[in-house]
Amino acid sequence: MKPKRVIKISSEDEKKKDNITRIIVTNSESMLPSDVMMKVYHSSSDVTAKETCFGTMINGPIESVNKVVEDVVSMDPNHIFVKDRGFLPGDERRCRSSRGGGPRPGFHFLREEVNTLPLISKGLEAYYKGESPSSGFEAKQKLDAFKLKYIIESEEM
Amino acid sequence: MAQIIIYPTTSLILSDLVRRFGHEPLVMMEQIREKINTVGIDSPPLNITGQEPKKGLKYAAVEVPAGVRGRMALVGPLIDSAEAGIIVDEPDIAFGCMGCARTNELTKYLIRQRDIPLLEIYYPRTEDEGKEFVKQIATFLKELNNNSKNSESEEEAN
Repeated sequence: MKPKRVIKISSEDEKKKDNITRIIVTNSESMLPSDVMMKVYHSSSDVTAKETCFGTMINGPIESVNKVVEDVVSMDPNHIFVKDRGFLPGDERRCRSSRGGGPRPGFHFLREEVNTLPLISKGLEAYYKGESPSSGFEAKQKLDAFKLKYIIESEEM
Repeated sequence: MAQIIIYPTTSLILSDLVRRFGHEPLVMMEQIREKINTVGIDSPPLNITGQEPKKGLKYAAVEVPAGVRGRMALVGPLIDSAEAGIIVDEPDIAFGCMGCARTNELTKYLIRQRDIPLLEIYYPRTEDEGKEFVKQIATFLKELNNNSKNSESEEEAN
């Protein structure tokens, strides 16, 4: 009978399990990502922060990260957005420095959503002011075949 | 506080809004974090091992590609534990963890099959749509709060 493989779990591994990473994305005209970093430094919490091109990543124990995130978001609640991240900042499997450059997996989706954030910020401002939108969602329309034909023909001419 | 499954499961906007309005978003990132931090034989742990397609059999048939089943091993438990859901239909872009069209179809199908409160909406493209987007999500999440309070008071009365 094959002996069972025993996996030793060190206290460091236990600590890792309680650590979380959050990405803070700023979409504010009055604040820069560097202001977020300064706020994180001032919080003197037990967290690690990394500034990236799309926001700030904060890693540490759950309570500390939540407290720092709360402090940062309170600076401009309608323009600072937060999401979780599975991998640690600088993880070799995701960090582009060890993957030969190029955007990291998931970056395109994040960038697309970051482009939508100004609309969400305006939506949040309007919601808290109690304003209601003048019109709802407009259904996406498919391109009319005749219009497409017209465009092709006008290009050929 | 209810657990809300969101689609796209990696969405920054949805996870932020759900947390902002007092609920817990069920997101792919949580599953990934748990997976890569759990100590196992693989060191460093791989994202998807041979075990995931086996676990995915609960959600997809054996003929379904292993990639779909592997992804469903992560998304499936989220759907099972959800108390409500928000689906953004036809997102223009779905890369990274969200890059598999068949998994996305199956995820949406399974969320719709669950008998839970569900909001289906589109990503905003104009300012008015942005306002409507936030308003619909906020109203939906607040109604969940009211419903849970009502059901608690009914239980107390009984």
